[in-house]
Order: sequence, then structure tokens, then C-alpha cells
Amino acid sequence: MEFNLKIWRQKNAKAKGHFETYHIAGIEEDASFLEMLDILNEQLIREGCDPVAVERGCQSSGPVSFDHDCREGICGACGLYIDGRAHGPDDHVTTCQLFMRHFKDGATITVEPWRSAGFPIIKDLVVDRSAFDKILQAGGFISVRTGAAQDANNILIPHDDAEESMDAAACVGCGACVATCKNGSAMLFVAARVSSLALLPQGRPEAKRRAKAMVAKMDELGFGNCTNTRACELECPKGINVSHIARLNREFLKAKFSD
Amino acid sequence: MSDKLISKIPAGPLETKWTRRKSEIRLVSPNNKRKLEIIVVGTGLGGASAAASLGELGYNVKIFCISDTPRRAHSIAAQGGINAAKNYQNDNDSVYRLFYDTIKGGDYRAREANVYRLAEVSAAIIDQCVAQGIPFAREYGGYLANRSFGGVQVSRTFYARGQTGQQLLLGAYASLNKEIANGTVKAYPRHEMLDLVIVNGQAKGIIARNLVTGKLERFGAHAVVIATGGYGNTYFLSTNAMNSNGSAAMQCYRKGAFFANPCFAQIHPTCIPVHGDQQCKLTLMSESLRNDGRIWVPKKKEDVEKLRKHQIKASQIPEEDRDYYLERRYPAFGNLVPRDVASRAAKERCDAGFGVNETGKAVFLDFSDAIKRLGHQRVAERYGNLFEMYEKITASSPWEEPMMIYPAIHYTMGGIWVDYDLQTTVPGLYAIGEANFSDHGGNRLGASALMQGLADGYFILPVTIGDYLSYKFAEPKTDINTPEFDEAEKAVQARIDRLFSIKGKETVDSIHKRLGNIMWDNVGMARDEAGLKKAIQEIRDLKKEFYQNVNVPGSQFEFNQELEKALRLEDFFDIGELMARDALNRTESCGGHFRVESQTEEGEAKRDDANFMYVAAWEYKGEDKDPELHKEPLKYEFIEVKTRNYKD
Repeated sequence: MEFNLKIWRQKNAKAKGHFETYHIAGIEEDASFLEMLDILNEQLIREGCDPVAVERGCQSSGPVSFDHDCREGICGACGLYIDGRAHGPDDHVTTCQLFMRHFKDGATITVEPWRSAGFPIIKDLVVDRSAFDKILQAGGFISVRTGAAQDANNILIPHDDAEESMDAAACVGCGACVATCKNGSAMLFVAARVSSLALLPQGRPEAKRRAKAMVAKMDELGFGNCTNTRACELECPKGINVSHIARLNREFLKAKFSD
Repeated sequence: MSDKLISKIPAGPLETKWTRRKSEIRLVSPNNKRKLEIIVVGTGLGGASAAASLGELGYNVKIFCISDTPRRAHSIAAQGGINAAKNYQNDNDSVYRLFYDTIKGGDYRAREANVYRLAEVSAAIIDQCVAQGIPFAREYGGYLANRSFGGVQVSRTFYARGQTGQQLLLGAYASLNKEIANGTVKAYPRHEMLDLVIVNGQAKGIIARNLVTGKLERFGAHAVVIATGGYGNTYFLSTNAMNSNGSAAMQCYRKGAFFANPCFAQIHPTCIPVHGDQQCKLTLMSESLRNDGRIWVPKKKEDVEKLRKHQIKASQIPEEDRDYYLERRYPAFGNLVPRDVASRAAKERCDAGFGVNETGKAVFLDFSDAIKRLGHQRVAERYGNLFEMYEKITASSPWEEPMMIYPAIHYTMGGIWVDYDLQTTVPGLYAIGEANFSDHGGNRLGASALMQGLADGYFILPVTIGDYLSYKFAEPKTDINTPEFDEAEKAVQARIDRLFSIKGKETVDSIHKRLGNIMWDNVGMARDEAGLKKAIQEIRDLKKEFYQNVNVPGSQFEFNQELEKALRLEDFFDIGELMARDALNRTESCGGHFRVESQTEEGEAKRDDANFMYVAAWEYKGEDKDPELHKEPLKYEFIEVKTRNYKD
């Protein structure tokens, strides 16, 4: 298969970015999207400099930087905005699990980084998602010391509660929800953590503090508000349901009213 | 025994050793802990759990990872579960049985005392993880559920769907976040350790490259903990994450830490095959599929040719023309032979020209009999999600055509040599999790990697490191403006400058791929003397070529993934050579290490206990010099050493 790739290039956080177009051929339809980018990078390194970039007066744009690691859809490192959709045209996958057979041979594919005030660009398609860590550090944990725990079977958890908690805990922290949201809201990400812990008895003692602290931190870091468009749920690679946002809202209001 | 390898195994009965050691270990008072600094490198299960626990104790911890956030470490990809001797199923499980299964599974090449301690603390790991809010699978009564795993006769595996590693890592990461919020831990994401700094013979800090700015930075501490995982990516293609590497371990090795049993690497039989030469990563399919799937290749070469040209489908090949080679060769165990046997048999058939895809490196895993026998619904209940995952990746439905599978490198049992306290041969330098060598011998059992990472990080290291630090609290903070730090940084800078100066024609990946081929062909599933000698020479030649002809684009002071890869590849050359050298020395077959020269008439692995019941620990002697082998004899005082038997 062959493609024209229109890719966002940006040297660093301060530089002005632009699109560059590359032609790539000889791609197997079983190749993943990121393998296709690997091949493009091999090509760009070998060529040294692509003609389009030369026209722009650029000596060499070099290989395209993008975050990736496990390539099996679980680490959450990868995340590209492909033809206007987070993680591309296939549903409920991360970019590393997107395969070229989902594209038409000869197509022009537009590749952009996550675009959100909360995620500044580091280079090309790589963004800084450390805001997610900061939100979790505000309260996305249970304060138990190593060694302090009682026997695991002393805490009984109904099967369905454990399953629902696991549905939310499946979040990989990729940021597709934020990138997709027209408000740049991180509500689905925050809700996934708050809801997962709120469903478990171990999470209850700190539930109020957690909901308030995490929402406050999310607001402080410049993420937008939720207006219930549900776009995040559609693009979440793990299919995390917006009902968890409803639970976050309940937890937050309960905490506020008890103040 | 080498006088440099002092294992510090406590005396006394097996079940009292850990208690005894803990009672001997000196304590550090809370006001003194505040004065002590510890560097932890790596944020997987081992690193994250250790840093969180050390922070809770009151030490000042700096933790480093190469990814953008600690939560991405490759522990996250573990699927199946975590073992623990809870005996919640009342199936007569015990600490002793978990210990015994692990020693036997490791083909009698792990330390008794370490493995017993691992089994002993396993139950507390589950308690800790539940308290952290990890949503393990539950029965309807609300109690924890268990499942069974390969090679054992009890159900002791705890799991969270097929995402157990993810959930355990998010638990450790949450504890880490708690300590970051408390101010005891400071995290340095997108930082890569590039050297270990030794002052007066003791580990005192690291040189790291800030992967965003490209600057080299110095960090000092009273002790350094390596938790950077295994070196499976030496083979280029593996189930490891793309950025997993063995560089931190190699830096420690070059600074005096002995490297143990490097040749012990695990090859998992059921991975999705390589689809062409454009691939860079392999995906594991759960071993559980072999319960009902039958493995075969065609008997006739002409059928193989037609399959490769897509002229026929597997389902069109009649029963009598299929070679169910595992059932043929191992009638007693059939498709459920152990991982190493299944892997070698698949390679044997493919090497003989019967591989069923275009690359010639794939065999069929067929469910048609199971579907006939059990019906669609019951097969779907057991394997539905795996079938979906396979179809997503390959666009082929296992309901209609058999899966194609091939073995792949998955885990490395070898690693940095550590004593019972998890301290390396360098005072103040510790190694935990997959990065050390201690618990899995020649072969790791399923669901035991997670157990070891968390045992080391939550329960063992935070205790044992105190013994060393109890002598250090009077020492001031490590000064990073000393000749030792200057020299280490200068050496790293020289490495980087050298890479940029080459300006050759080959990409880093294309050379890494060739290293992978050398490793896979000669230091893979079947190894022999001639091949290993050839590999050592080829690796050296390739390394020379790398230094003449690699092209590292861009510059140091920017986000530069090609530079990152080039620096890691330098270390993979050395690991590859060390693996080949160790494999050459170990002329027995043992666990994942199969020497063609050492097999029974039926082609089974033949261990040589008389000559090789030892840990091979290699000491670095300098660039272009042969490393020196030190032997730590393994003594089995509490269990009887037997031959692993898969026949009956």
C-alpha cells in the first residue's frame, strides 16, 4: 500500500509548527500505524532531508518524534490525532493497535498531536501529559502504608462492584478524552479514577477529599468543563463509560454539601 | 566459590532464615532516615513499590524513568496474574508448595533461601494490593477469585481480567503518587540513566540525560537501586516494550557489578508471528490457548508452498496431511508440553521448511476440533476475548481458520548478581525485580514475575537496605561536584559525541535488527558451540560496523529518540556478547537454555548437575578484555534435586 502522510512538525515547545507531506510506499496492510511511522522514519533518516522541507528552507526535519512503548494497547504512551479522530478511524483501540488495512490505498492521512491547553507540545507529535500525574497526586490513591493491610479476604466486595470498578480502572491515561473534547476537559480521566475507588469499601474513607482535590487540581491546570457531549466515551480506547462522570459528580456534590 | 560472591544467606532452617535476617538487620531511626537519600531507577512494579515504601519510611527518594510518566513501565503489559500462597481455595497450597514449584520450574538453578522468602511474602502482596483498591476478580460471595496456571496443581493465581500487570502497577504508582504528594519522593520522568557514579568503591549517584532538553544531569545519593527490568530487546524482536533496555544493568556491570546467568532467557511459544521485515514488536497470546488448541504444520512441502502463496487455506488441508508434531513427538503431554519444549519443536519444524506463512516462521494453532467438541458458545466463554484480540491484529478469524503462532523472547531470568539482601557486588548498589537474577533460575513460571517485582519492592528491599544505610547516616549528602562525577559525565559526553561524529549511512534500527538476527539464530532456542562462537565474532564485527557506519540524526540538546536508541544499542551489543559467552560456558541444557550437545536420545534437555549447579557471575575486566567467570555454588539442603520429567 502507499500513502501521503501530512504530518505536524514542530521542533520544540516554543517553535512554530507546520505540516509536512511525505510519500510512503511498500506498506503491508498488516502493518500497524506506528510501524508505518517507523518505516517513514527509516526513510527520512536515509534520505537525510525531504524535498518539501528543503523548499521551506529547512535543512532537515529528520525523523518524526512520537511517543510509544508497549505496542499492545496497554501502556497508554501512544496517542495521535489521525484524520480528525483520536487514535484514528478504528473504534476503541489505541494508535498502536490501529492497522493500515483500515485505510484506503493511496489515501492522504493527516497526523497531528493531541491538541489541548493541558498538553503542551514537546516535539512533533509528542506532548507533555504530566498534568495527569499532578491530578492523581492530588488524591488519586488510598493512603495505606506498606505492611499495614489486613488479610485480603477480610474485605468483601460484591462481584458486580468489583467488575464496575475494574471497568473504570482500565483507563490507560492516554489523554484521548481530553484531545477529543471540544472543551479540553479531563472529566473522563478524573472520573475513571474517582469512580473506580468510590465503588470499593477501601476507597470510601477518603472519597470526599479525593473528589474535591482532584476536581480542584483539574481546574487549576487549565482543563475545561464537561458539557456532556460524550465525545470522550466514543474515542476512549478502553470504552470507559460516561456513567463514571455521573458518579464523579455525585461524589463531588456529596463532598461539597457535607462541607 | 569466589571470595567476591558472598551471598549472605542466613544460617538455620529454611523457614526461619528471613525472620533471622530481619532480626539481625540494623535499624535507622526516623530522624536519621530524613538525612538519607536513595536513587531508584525504573518505575515498574519493583521500582515504584520500592520508592513508595522507602518514602513512607521517611527516606528521601528520587525516582527516574524514561517514559513520560511512571505508569507506562512495561510491568503494565503483564496479562495473566500474580501467584500467592494464600490457600484460599483449600486445595492444600502452602508457602512450601509455591517455593517448591518455583525451584523446580527454574530447573534447580535458583537459590533456595531467596525463593523460599519470595513464597513467604507472597500472601502479604495480595493484602497490600487489595488495600490499595486493586479490583481483583471476585466470586459472587465477595471473596477473591483464583485461577490455575501452567506447571502447578493448585489455583493460586489472583487476577484482574487480562490486565493484572496494569492494575498492580497502577496500585504501586498510586502509592508512589501519595509519597510524591507527601514530598518524600521526587519523580524524574523522561530521564535516562547513562552511568553509575562510584565514590570510594561505593555507589553514590548517577548521570542521567534529560530526554526533553538533552542535558546531562548529576544526581547524588547514599544508595542506588536498579529496577530497570530485563534485556529481552537484545533480540530486537520480543514481547518487551519498544523502549525496554538493558543499559542501566550494563552500566552497573562496567562499574563492577557482576552479571549473573545472562544466557537464561525465556522464549514463549504462543506469540503472533512476524508478518514481514517491517515489524519491530511481537505480541503474546495467552498460554491458556494450548488447553484446547492443536498445533500442526502440513506434512507435504507442496501444501506449505500453496499456503505461502495463499492458493489454499489451512482448513482445506485434509486431516491425513497434517502433522500434529507435538502430539506425535510427546504423546503423553501433547500440546501441553512446557514452554521451552513447545518453542523448540516449532522452530525445528520451521527450520525444516514447514513454516506456514510467507516468512516461513509460523505454525498453526487450530481450534476446529475444540469447536466441534465443545460448541461455539463454550469456546467463546473460554477464549472469546483472545480470539477477538487475534482477529484485530491479524484480520483473520480463529473461528474459521487456525491461528498462526511462533515463539518469541519474553523474559530474562538472568540479571545483575545480588546477595540475599539484594545488594550487588558494588556496596550501596541494589538490584530488584527482573533486573536481578535471583529467583527464577533457568526458567520462570507464569504469574511469578509480578510476584517477584512486588516482593522485592514492598517487602524485602525496604528492610535490607536499612542495614547498609545504618552506617551512612552520619555521611553528608553526596556532593555532585567532585572529580568522580566530573569523570563520569565526561565519559557519557564522549559516548554521545562519538555517536554524532560517525555520520554513517545505516540507521540504528537496521543494525539492531541484524543484531537481533544473530542472537535469534545462534543464542535463541537451540545453541551449540560453533554457533555461539560465530555469534560472538559476528556481534563484535557488527559493533565495529556500527561505530563506522551508523547515522544518528539531529543533535544532543533536543528530544532525540534516535540518540536514545543508539545509546541503548551500544549496550545491547555487550549484553548479546555476554549472553553468548555464558551460553558457551554452560555446556549443559537447563531451563530456557538448550545446548544441542546436551540432550537425551529423545531430544530432551539434559542437565549436568555435577558440573553446572552454580550461578555464573561475570566480572567486567575492561573494553576488549574477556570478562572473568565467578561461580556461586547452589546448595539444595531442603529439597531433593530431580530431573524434570514431561513424559509421564
